[in-house]
Amino acid sequence: MPQPEISQSHPPVVKKRISDPLSVQVLLVGLTYLFFIGFIFLPLGLVFSQAFGKGWSVYLEAIREPYAIEAVKLTLLTVAIVVPVNAVFGVAAAWAITKFNFPGKSTLKSLLDLPFAVSPVIAGLIFVLLVGSRTPFGSWLGEHGIKIIFSTPGIIIATIFVTFPFIARELIPLMESQGRDEEEAALTLGAKGWQIFWTVTLPNIRWGLLYGTILCGARSIGEFGAVSVVSGHIRGQTNTVPLHVEILYSEYNFTASFAVASLLVFLALLTVVVKSTMEKHFQKNSFHH
Amino acid sequence: MALFQIKRRNILPGFGLSMGYTVFYLSAIVIVPVSMIFFNTFPMGWEPFVNAVTAPRVIASYKLSFSTAFFAALFDAFAGLLTAWVLVRYRFPGKQFLDALVDLPFALPTAVAGICFATLYSPIGWLGQLLAPLNLHIINTPTGIIIALIFIGFPFVVRTIQPVLEEMEQEIEEAAHCLGATRWQTFTKILLPHLFPALLTGVTLAFARGIGEYGSVIFIAGNLPMKTEIAPLMIMSKLDQFDYAGASAVALVLLLISFTMLLLLNAVQEWQQKEYRS
Repeated sequence: MPQPEISQSHPPVVKKRISDPLSVQVLLVGLTYLFFIGFIFLPLGLVFSQAFGKGWSVYLEAIREPYAIEAVKLTLLTVAIVVPVNAVFGVAAAWAITKFNFPGKSTLKSLLDLPFAVSPVIAGLIFVLLVGSRTPFGSWLGEHGIKIIFSTPGIIIATIFVTFPFIARELIPLMESQGRDEEEAALTLGAKGWQIFWTVTLPNIRWGLLYGTILCGARSIGEFGAVSVVSGHIRGQTNTVPLHVEILYSEYNFTASFAVASLLVFLALLTVVVKSTMEKHFQKNSFHH
Repeated sequence: MALFQIKRRNILPGFGLSMGYTVFYLSAIVIVPVSMIFFNTFPMGWEPFVNAVTAPRVIASYKLSFSTAFFAALFDAFAGLLTAWVLVRYRFPGKQFLDALVDLPFALPTAVAGICFATLYSPIGWLGQLLAPLNLHIINTPTGIIIALIFIGFPFVVRTIQPVLEEMEQEIEEAAHCLGATRWQTFTKILLPHLFPALLTGVTLAFARGIGEYGSVIFIAGNLPMKTEIAPLMIMSKLDQFDYAGASAVALVLLLISFTMLLLLNAVQEWQQKEYRS
């Protein structure tokens, strides 16, 4: 019968909620847009207008220049090491914290957040104090031909420090809410430790892990303060992409600086889009499925 | 009973491995390096330490970092509350788009934000041009630092208020409406007290982040001694002169203040949870 179908196709009756008058709504939305124009849209527009202002060929030249390519390579190398290392740590820390009870758990959790409370400059400073060439440990390393500060290992370690809470922080609340029933069931059915991890835990946490990995990756690409302290700014050697942007800018080479910066903006926009898409996905289906 | 509990606690494997790895990694990457600040400051002795951290230039940089971070966080309280409210309660064109872009300051490298604001507000920049005839100078002033810090702290406030606002039941507001309260009364007497703990958390996070922020500030600040030199930059310039003890002393004070704020924040969050339950 067609009739009930027609009545179903009508929009469902929504209970009218009390809300603000239209004039207030328009005013508040207008103010929000004004804030976004000043603080988000104008800076974004500026990057592209400066980067492409002198045409495509100048833009391509700036990002194809050998030093720019070296900087991109160094940044990619840093991310390729930092993200997996922090992912392994994040999973281990989340496993220990959520699957077991032990004294000092809350202290451990606050220690995980410590890098968020530390200024990026201090994050760089601590590694200069630990392994810089003027420290006992650093000079001992130097005698054995190992250089950390003002070289790639220093950049990687400082980036690990700055980004290491991201993945653990995503996984801990997620694994806490999932509890340990499924793992315990697997254990009673005779599964071994790693088997439980690969077949039960990892599929359950894969979205949270991916989400934390994206945040960690975005921050590793963009870290500036900490890397700036330990890098030494040697072009073609210890210059990451954000440091390269800074050097070009301070040389008044604005077009090239914004051209290289536009690469970082593309990545930031991609991160934001992926993040919001994933969040929408989770809201509908909850984290694990 | 006690035996049973111990057994139950250890039923899953991997405690030794995951815990051992966590503690090792945490010590190597965080605890040992951060403790270097203390080990480099203590041999200084009390008096040189006090002299280092109370030098006029250092004091000026602390004052600047705290005041600019404070005003930026205050501005973010309003901008963040407004944005969260509009995103949760209203439907308007471009809503999804704005919601996603709230996270841009998290995702955008701070150096890029820094050069953007410095260029926007330079005397020939898009906004600097408009402000110059009014005799408003943003670049090389504390106002410029505040603008950069507003950008950096904004997502912290929005993202802490948003979930609380989403979970709030509108029935409470309807009840207030039925009892004759005006919209404004409902907002100040019911909504705002309910949102206050989240707002405070967000603002504290934005403030803490602002104190330590470096990349987005140094380009617009101009870094004039005694005027627009932020505390993290003081650490940087001491390091450039190989004054490791001085740099650690300035960093130690900054760290202690940040830790105190984190502890206060934890206390606020506990209070928030208690409020929420009752």
